[in-house]
Amino acid sequence: MAQIGYSEKVLEHFMNPRNVGTIEKPDGYGKVGNPVCGDLMEMYIRVKDDIISDIKFKTFGCGSAIATSSMVTEMVKGMNLDKAMKITRNDVADELDGLPPQKMHCSNLAADALHEAIKDYKRKKEVKK
Amino acid sequence: MGRIYLDHASVTPVDPRVLEFAERYLKNDFGNPSSLHSLGLGAKRFIEDARGKIAKLINAEKETCIIFTSGATESNNLAIKGTALRNVAKGKEVAASAIEHMSVLNPMKELQKNGFKLNIIPVDSTGIVDLEKLGGVLTKNTTVTSIMYANNEIGTIEPIKEISEMVHEKGLYLHVDAIAAAGRIPIDVQNDGIDLLTISSNDMYGPQGAGALYIKPGVRLQSILPGGGQERGLRSGTENLFAIAGMGEAARIAKDEMEQENTRLEKIKDKLIDEILKIEESYLTGHPTQRLPHHASFRFSRIEGESILLNMNMRYSIQVSTGSACSSKTLEPSHVLLAIGLKHEEAHGSMVLTLGRSNKAEEVPIIVKAVKETVQKLRKLSPL
Repeated sequence: MAQIGYSEKVLEHFMNPRNVGTIEKPDGYGKVGNPVCGDLMEMYIRVKDDIISDIKFKTFGCGSAIATSSMVTEMVKGMNLDKAMKITRNDVADELDGLPPQKMHCSNLAADALHEAIKDYKRKKEVKK
Repeated sequence: MGRIYLDHASVTPVDPRVLEFAERYLKNDFGNPSSLHSLGLGAKRFIEDARGKIAKLINAEKETCIIFTSGATESNNLAIKGTALRNVAKGKEVAASAIEHMSVLNPMKELQKNGFKLNIIPVDSTGIVDLEKLGGVLTKNTTVTSIMYANNEIGTIEPIKEISEMVHEKGLYLHVDAIAAAGRIPIDVQNDGIDLLTISSNDMYGPQGAGALYIKPGVRLQSILPGGGQERGLRSGTENLFAIAGMGEAARIAKDEMEQENTRLEKIKDKLIDEILKIEESYLTGHPTQRLPHHASFRFSRIEGESILLNMNMRYSIQVSTGSACSSKTLEPSHVLLAIGLKHEEAHGSMVLTLGRSNKAEEVPIIVKAVKETVQKLRKLSPL
């Protein structure tokens, strides 16, 4: 039975995902993927003084989809928005000690979901001004 | 908690009795069966013994109807390409069901690239081949039609006898891939009207590295692996005697114990299906009654199969299988699940449990609990 070549860290995050859930009236919300393709991620953020004070996610998908979602939330909690915007898919994969090559593209959308949530926050802020 | 292996459709463990039997070849009769000295003759006896046991398993006319190969993939390739190429003067059309294994579909596609017309026959939502469509595409030019005895992913058993009658009304040969069925349910190639039948060693508790092809007397096919002329010139190359000897013994055990084992496994399978279908938004895939006695396959909405597989393995040491895209090399969901009409998002949530000799009735509550908790955990994570 293959573990599809996942690192220990991916498996650990998959088994014990951090920051699962939703935030009521979030400051930013991002959604990427599509259930037809097998991956769908939702990211909720709370922002205080340009810093991500809280973050939650919900993910439908394979092991790496869930692990990358969990990892990205852990990476950016307490981080300022500009820095968080610069986090790439590769950064997330690196933090997890790598992903199998076939998973790099399809199931590594967590950084994109985060970026969508930040953009949503910025859009809402613009409107308020 | 011990391991619970529920992926017997992927590979069966080698039965210790098989190992003990085949070991005798390695230890004592290690000759090349083509050699004429005593060791060669001893080796030859092992092959002929295996041929006889496999012929009995499927009620072949005679032992010489069985050809040994390196495995089921090679048997499927030989059956399809061997007949299509040998009988090209009769026509250049071939047919297969949409749920065939890739080792049937890909040789067929290779023929298509080389000028053959390929007809793919659809199946209904339970996986049964659409007989009307089959009848509609068959012509006198159809040299080989390939329909599996039973499907490995959804457990559905095809009405082979009826199919055989249709194929022989217009076309030439029926090839049946029996990888999932051989050694599991009774097969009678004469009564079923089968021209070519593929059997796999490692799907019936034999060693990996051997397969067999049954060829009905009078069926004309050519080798796809020419060389020194072993196996009646149809499959050259020194025989993998250890695996072949083991495969023969595996066939003997399977035949001897089939009835008793099926009664035992069918009860476990029925209980598993009853209990797992109590989970909200869970569905059986495949046919409710025309299915393999050891096969239980499902899909769950709003969650994904690779996650199910990983969680079952890591949390509960239970090994299952899935047709989800995320666990495949191509990142496409199983063509079988799409062929029975599932949408992509539905096919992603599949889980296949296939029972075997190691499984016991006492394991049912443990398995059911693990499945329930896994589905619950993943649904909590799911935004759907």
